[in-house]
This record gives sequence, structure tokens and C-alpha cells, in this order.
Amino acid sequence: MKLNGAEITIKLLEQFGIKTIAGIPGGANLPLYHALNKSSIQHILARHEQGAGFIAQGMARSTGETAVCLATSGPGVTNLITAIADAKLDSVPMVAITGQIAYSMVGSDAFQEIDTYGITLGITKHNFLVRSAAELLSIIPEAFYIAESGRPGPVLIDIPKDVQKEIIEINHWPKKRPLQREESISSDMIEQAVNMLREAKKPVLYVGGGIISSQGTDILITLAHKNNIPVATTLMGLGSYPSDDELFMGILGMHGAKYTNYAFYESDLILAIGVRFDDRAIGNANEFCKNAKIIHVDIDPSEINKVKQASLCIEGDAKDALEQITLMIEENDRKEWLNRVKTLKTENPLYAGIENIPEHPVNILKTIYDIADKDAIICTDVGQHQMWVAQCYPIHKPRTLLTSSGLGTMGFGLPAAIGAALENPDKTIICFTGDGSILMNIQELATMADFKLNIKVIILNNGHLGLVRQLQEMFYDKKYIATKFMTNPDFPMIAKGFGINSYDLSFEEDYVSKLKELLTNEGGCLINIPTDSNELVLPIVSPGSGNHVMIGA
Amino acid sequence: MKKRNVVIKLIVNNHPGVMARITGLFSRRAFNLEGILCGVIGDGTHSKMYLLVNNDDRLEQILKQVNKLYDVVEVTLLDQYNEDAFSHIGEVGREIQPEIQLRKAQ
Repeated sequence: MKLNGAEITIKLLEQFGIKTIAGIPGGANLPLYHALNKSSIQHILARHEQGAGFIAQGMARSTGETAVCLATSGPGVTNLITAIADAKLDSVPMVAITGQIAYSMVGSDAFQEIDTYGITLGITKHNFLVRSAAELLSIIPEAFYIAESGRPGPVLIDIPKDVQKEIIEINHWPKKRPLQREESISSDMIEQAVNMLREAKKPVLYVGGGIISSQGTDILITLAHKNNIPVATTLMGLGSYPSDDELFMGILGMHGAKYTNYAFYESDLILAIGVRFDDRAIGNANEFCKNAKIIHVDIDPSEINKVKQASLCIEGDAKDALEQITLMIEENDRKEWLNRVKTLKTENPLYAGIENIPEHPVNILKTIYDIADKDAIICTDVGQHQMWVAQCYPIHKPRTLLTSSGLGTMGFGLPAAIGAALENPDKTIICFTGDGSILMNIQELATMADFKLNIKVIILNNGHLGLVRQLQEMFYDKKYIATKFMTNPDFPMIAKGFGINSYDLSFEEDYVSKLKELLTNEGGCLINIPTDSNELVLPIVSPGSGNHVMIGA
Repeated sequence: MKKRNVVIKLIVNNHPGVMARITGLFSRRAFNLEGILCGVIGDGTHSKMYLLVNNDDRLEQILKQVNKLYDVVEVTLLDQYNEDAFSHIGEVGREIQPEIQLRKAQ
């Protein structure tokens, strides 16, 4: 069979189970788009390459499967970069395919030429510049393997236009390279961990995205309950442990609850699984849990001892570690420790005194949670609303909170919600955003309208870059600069312009019934909710301090 | 006595972008790189690289990060090496003669 490079690429994507691709065509990827004409793959035309990248991320994050996005050379690539970097920091399996000008022209500063390989070196798990159509037969399977194996991440394949057009004879198609089962963690290591856990009087579980990637939720719950270990998660770990479980302490770190950070500070053993000791989670590394031993389990060996020396380093799969530890460890009621944690919790409630302020953002979230479908997938943008969701919106299952954690990309929410909606047509998608974040990718309302997606976009609108304003209030002498928007657009009218239902919520009316109506109606909508710019995300660890030094209740 | 520097020997896939990948890792992670010797080996599909790095507490992290790179096939840490191979870089009047230096280093 004679096929060109573009046809080979699209055929391989089909064979690897790709059903949907998000992207934007341009000069350097036209052959790839031409090949899509004859393909079963559905193409989602985004309105900006960053949108396409985050749509792919929404697909990948909500399913755990590798998703693909497509861009042209030059500006197509530079627009895509933020979404790739975001996928790298949050370990999202993604394959980005970019068109490049003809290889024979590379280096000549041709129209829309950019050094895609060089630019994406540091923000991909790996990247390829393809030099011949024949290479595609090995590179594409490798790209998927790299994206999915071990700690997942984004892989970029840059395909010059002449390679896309090069015709070769194909007799054998490569198979998708199967993921090797990670080597089982040695029983010796597990025994050491179990012994440390036996000796510990005040252990805590510190878990993150690794639990979700390894599908370790069930066994995590079993271990926590068997040995009665309180659990805190990172932002990426939300959903790996049910929020309504009595051992759950929410997120730790910069905006964790006081009692959570205090419990960590008092603990004598941190069982850290699938986490990377990010500064927002552990605060000042030297001050973090000074009196605790640390068992660090991670599939990526470079994360172990990177920022914090562990007492016991276990390189391996989170689920495997949890299974083996659970099998060996005895039951333990840990009454004294759990009572201590409970006392800390009672003494340090989150958002005390807001009960009678229905328009407080946290109460808005709680009202929405009470009304909304419990199976909904929650997406957030970045800022105060994101932190309020992380603190207060209950997340019960893996892959039901999609949020840009490591890179903290404003503009993530809407396109990620589109990706989630495309892959989960039976589910309601709720996208919490702010008036700052939504404007960073608002053009994707057009893509949302194209496919009539069931996304409820909820803007908590305080007319500010709220989280930055908060930092200026708390740590920059209340000197506000560049955080108040001079004008505030009419978001419901904008949504209408895109053909999307919308509503301007007012607390003067029966807003609960109105929200109920809006959230349960079929189809997408945008809801603008005014909030007070003086509301803060609390508590907060003061910059440079240990997590136990917190400001605000 | 602990040596000030050590050498990391790498076998890497040989393609035009591989050098950028290795040096890019060092700049991105703020690792110091004191010297490089590099050349193609065997049938041309692989290259051998010698990286001169500080022997400090970041070494473990450097080795782990280098090991993670898809293009890196083999990593060896050499604490015994011919210091002459790197010592004349930057010295006026004692310019390097790669063929001699490389032979010594091996």
C-alpha cells in the first residue's frame, strides 16, 4: 500500500484508538488535514491553538487516555506551548502533532518557521522532529508509549510538510507498544515501610496525582481505614480520596485548612505517595514536618529526594505500594491520634462565621454543590475561585476535578471543560471560572456552541484578578496595582453573542431556584455571579514560612 | 578526598537535536556543566558524551534527570578520569587537540 506521511500519521492515530482530535489547520499541516477527510476521527476546530491543547487535556484528564491535538508551524506552535507546558507539570498524557515547514527549508527563516523542537525541549516529556515518512512508523508508537508509560506526560511530534507528503510503500503496520508492568516493589522495601508505620503514633497520608494515574483510589481508602491514617491530598490529588470520608483532611499547604497543616506538623510519619513535594503543598521545605519521618513512593525516581530528603525512598507504582502495604499492615484504631486531629479540626474551622452570608463565594459553591448533579465533572480556571473549589467543593471520585495545578494557567477551564464534555456526553460539566480567567480563552465559547455541549460556565465575578489582589492586600501594603479591571464586560451578553444561554444572577431574587433551573436544564449555559472583591481565600501560609504558620481562619 | 568534579559518561541516540536536549536539561534545572566532550561512536546511531560536573549535593538529581531522558541509553558515573581531558579548556596558548584529549579520556 502506498501512502504519504500524513496518511500514515492519521491511520496510526486511528489504529491507536484516537476518536477525537482538537486542532487548527494552517499552511504547514494541510496534508495532515487532507488525510483527515478520509478518516473516522472527529476533528474539533478550536478557535485558538491553546484552546485546542486544553481541549485535548480535558479529554485526557477526564478519561486517563492519551489525547491528541494538532497545530500548524510558527504561531500555531507558540500558541500551543502553554497547554503543553501545563500538561508536563500535571503529568497529563498528550500527543501534540505540529506541522513544520519542509525539512529542506528548515533553518532558512521561512514563512511561519519556528524551532519547534528547541522551544518544546524543556516542556515535553519527549519531542521528535521527524525526518522521513518511514520514521513515523516508529516515532508515533514511541510517542504514545512515552506519553503513557511511567509518569505520564506530553510528547510533541513535529512533522515537516515534505515528510507529510512523502509517499512510501507500507506492508506492515506497527502495533501500539504495550505498557510494561512496572517492576513490583521489593517486599524488603515494603517491610521497612510497614515497620515504620507500625512504630508511628501519628502518621498521615500525603497523596497526589500519582494515586489517580495508577488507579489506586480503592486501595488507598482500604489502607487509610484499616490503619486509621488521616489523608490529605494535593490539588492534583483531589478526587483520589472521597471528600466526605471522615479521615479526609482536604488539601494541605498554602491554602489547606489550618487543622490539616497543624496535623501534618504534629505527625511523626508522612506516607507520601504519588506526590512531588511542590512548594504550594509543603511551604518552606526545611520547616515542613520537621519531626516526621518520610516514606516517599513515586514512579518517577527523580522526584524522590528532589526537594525533601526521605527516610525511606520507594521507587514504584503507587497502587502497587498501597496494595502491598495494606496486605502486611495490621488494623489499628489510632484513637488517640484521630482524636487529636478531630480536636484540631474543631478548634480551627474553615470559614467560620460565613453561615449567614449567602453571597459569600464559599456559600455559593456549597449551594451549587447541593443542587448540581453529584456525577458532574468539575473544571476550574485559576485564582480565588479555584482555591475555594479545592477547599470547599466536595470531590468524591478520581478524574472529576480538572484543574491546572502545577502551571496554574488562567484560561484552562473552558477548553478543558469542552474536552471533558466531548469525552463524557452523558455527564454535566461545571466550569467554575473568574472574570479574569474566562477572558483568557473566551473564544472557545464558539467551540462550545459548535457542539452544543452541556457545560455550565459559572463566573464568580469580582471585577478583579482576585488572588493577586489578595496578595497585594496581605503582603504588599494594600497597594493595589493592575488588579482591578477598569471596565467589566457584560458576560451574559457575550455568551448570547456566541449563541449560548446565559444569566446574570442576583441575590435579590430567589437565586437558589434560578440556579436549580439553570443547572438542571439541558444544554450549556453561562451564569454570571457577582461576588465581593474583599473576600479572601483563607487561611494562607505566609510566604517563605512553614505550613504551620498560617494567617486567617 | 572527595573530588571537586566528576564525569558523567553518557551513551545517547545520535541525532541533530540530542546535544540541545542534554545541555537544555542542565540550563533548565540550573545544574552547572563545567565541560563537555562528545563524539559519534560505532555505526553512527549513537554518540558518547562526557560531562564534567560538580561533585556536590545536586549530583544525585542530575544523574536521575539525565537517566530519565529518552535519548539517553546508558549513564555511568566516573570519579576516576583523566583531568587533562578537560583542564586546558579556556587556557590561552594551550588550545585543545580533541583527538589527543579524547584518546586520553578513554
